[in-house]
Amino acid sequence: MAQMNMLQAINQALSSEMEADKKMMVFGEDVGHFGGVFRATSGLQEKFGRERCFNTPLTEQGIAGFANGLASNGMTAVAEIQFADYIFPAIDQIVNESAKFRYRSGNEFNVGGLTFRTPYGGGIAGGHYHSQSPEAYFTQTPGLKVVVPRNPEQAKGLLIASIRDKNPVIFFEPKRLYRASVGEVPEGDHVIELGKAEVIKQGTDITLLGWGAQMEILENAAEMAAKKGISCEIIDLRTLSPWDVDTVAASVKKTGRLLINHEAPLTGGFAGEIAATIQEECFLYLESPIARVCGLDTPYPLIHEKEYMPDALKTFEAIKASVKF
Amino acid sequence: MSNATTNAETVHRVSFLDKDSLAIPILKILQADGTAYEEAVLPVIDEALAAKIHDTCVFTRVLDERMLGAQRQGRISFYMTCTGEEASIIGSTAALDDGDVILAQYREHAAIRYRGFTTEQFMNQMFSNEKDFGKGRQMPIHYGSEALNYQTISSPLATQIPQATGVAYSLKMQGKRNVAICYFGEGAASEGDFHAGLNMAAVLNSPVIFFCRNNGYAISTPTDEQFKGNGIASRGVGYGMHTIRVDGNDMLAVLAATQQARAYALDNNAPVLIEAMTYRLGAHSSSDDPSGYRSKDEEAKWQQHDPVKRFKLWMINKGWMNEQRDADLYVKYREEVLSELKVAEKIPTPHIDNIIEDVYDTPTPILKKQLADLKNHVKKYPESYPKSAGRV
Repeated sequence: MAQMNMLQAINQALSSEMEADKKMMVFGEDVGHFGGVFRATSGLQEKFGRERCFNTPLTEQGIAGFANGLASNGMTAVAEIQFADYIFPAIDQIVNESAKFRYRSGNEFNVGGLTFRTPYGGGIAGGHYHSQSPEAYFTQTPGLKVVVPRNPEQAKGLLIASIRDKNPVIFFEPKRLYRASVGEVPEGDHVIELGKAEVIKQGTDITLLGWGAQMEILENAAEMAAKKGISCEIIDLRTLSPWDVDTVAASVKKTGRLLINHEAPLTGGFAGEIAATIQEECFLYLESPIARVCGLDTPYPLIHEKEYMPDALKTFEAIKASVKF
Repeated sequence: MSNATTNAETVHRVSFLDKDSLAIPILKILQADGTAYEEAVLPVIDEALAAKIHDTCVFTRVLDERMLGAQRQGRISFYMTCTGEEASIIGSTAALDDGDVILAQYREHAAIRYRGFTTEQFMNQMFSNEKDFGKGRQMPIHYGSEALNYQTISSPLATQIPQATGVAYSLKMQGKRNVAICYFGEGAASEGDFHAGLNMAAVLNSPVIFFCRNNGYAISTPTDEQFKGNGIASRGVGYGMHTIRVDGNDMLAVLAATQQARAYALDNNAPVLIEAMTYRLGAHSSSDDPSGYRSKDEEAKWQQHDPVKRFKLWMINKGWMNEQRDADLYVKYREEVLSELKVAEKIPTPHIDNIIEDVYDTPTPILKKQLADLKNHVKKYPESYPKSAGRV
């Protein structure tokens, strides 16, 4: 085990996969010699050559279309979208093409070897064009997998699994954790199965569910609640599509309460989907309405970032309200 | 890094370029009477190749005529013809190797036919029966075949253009001596995908042939409302690409240009743009009526440039074809299409389990649950779901 930050973990995952899979290519804006704006691809071009790790022109639509073409012809494509905010020019290629390649062709062709990596989320004073969390748009699209890691160890294991998965995956990297989150990461092959949530803390009074950088917020809120005698169970969903209904439902049946936290705006957010399903699965076990602590229905603000955020204090308040309901 | 600007000469008076600065000529080899222009250099072609091209032309004409009729009778829901554009499509496909990957738009069924797609396979796709490679998930005419290196058609326009750049790059990286060819219309060249795809191909050194069928209309929109400048070819030059414009109704001109484009793309790991100037003689699709936006006189004028007839005359001049053999071929394909049509329309639709297959490599738990619920519902109300009820 080695101590590293999330960027180093991602870099190690990419490097070891490129080593093992000669058909794998990593590309995107500035990812070549420069190593990407966050340096996640540092050193890959030097190691694997300009034909396997390269800069593309500034066209997300082109990057996604090119990636579809590569993957449809048997290659492993790992494309970087520089910021998740800029994934929207590529949305037709991702939603209509990547997601439907296998289905629309009756499995004559597929783009299973395709992974989009993209930094998402706020907390870096990035304003609304460098802070968005667009995961819900993609969970509405059958054919895509949507994955979000919470720390360096998870980032390595989930990214390797995403690259090897036989389906197109969108891998959202919480950018405020890139350098802030440091931890032990297993050496060598480290794979975490997709589609499985992880119970990271056992508790009895309420289930707190989130993903990515919000896991830290939930842990902080749980500590505040513990001081008030409330025992929180904490689950990291990790894969949003397809999501692990069973693990969440089992936990809610035990605690009787559920709080979902995400950074994206409330309306149409993925918390709504989870709440509806868990209400169906656990109706007779619920002791209070399912709580959602989310971003506001505004664009991500620059100066009021702190107010906008579904932070630990807001979560703590919602925990208390749920338990006292 | 050097670029075009650093090599440019300097001037000291204001002088703009305009759309006529880049006048791109049209390659023509065959004349209307089926003889070649005196100074023309012919493509590589022998009798067997000519016969295969002609055979594909005749099949395509028959298929288009019969299936448009079948659509009018309500037997299939939708159809698109390539009438008038056969030389553009078949002339270019005939220049390729079978290992070259075709990414088509929707009007290039002649290309998959040339590769060996059988009449039965055409019918199975159009009738969405259980033998359809696409498993009945897309409208008629969305053909695809892995065995024939013909990627399945996708309805959204131009999405195949940057994909072709990626496919070509993969062929290069796999060390194959093959190219990708990407077909699209001049209307699709307005989409962002076109610009993204061409730019990336040029910059990333992808051996791809971009083949634009400039057929005069994008549904009802004529070219003068679609783009300005010197056609689509001038965009190729703008992206730093080897570019040629051909008479798209001239089988030999298209064949010659594509043969050389292919060789260039492979030798240089570089893209090529071909703009074929042609005319969509038929409607955009079976849902369209061109009489609302263009005159009969205009269509009649283009009938004079019939590419299939012109190539047949060339073959007759060469002694490789005669009118009787040509007529017999039409008869043969009319019978074949009709009899395969009758077989295909009686084949059952795909099983209901198919509805959750191929969304992912294996169905997710949520999908399995949804299928189980659906089947229970169909069992309860079988008369309302006649296509599936007998087989749940």
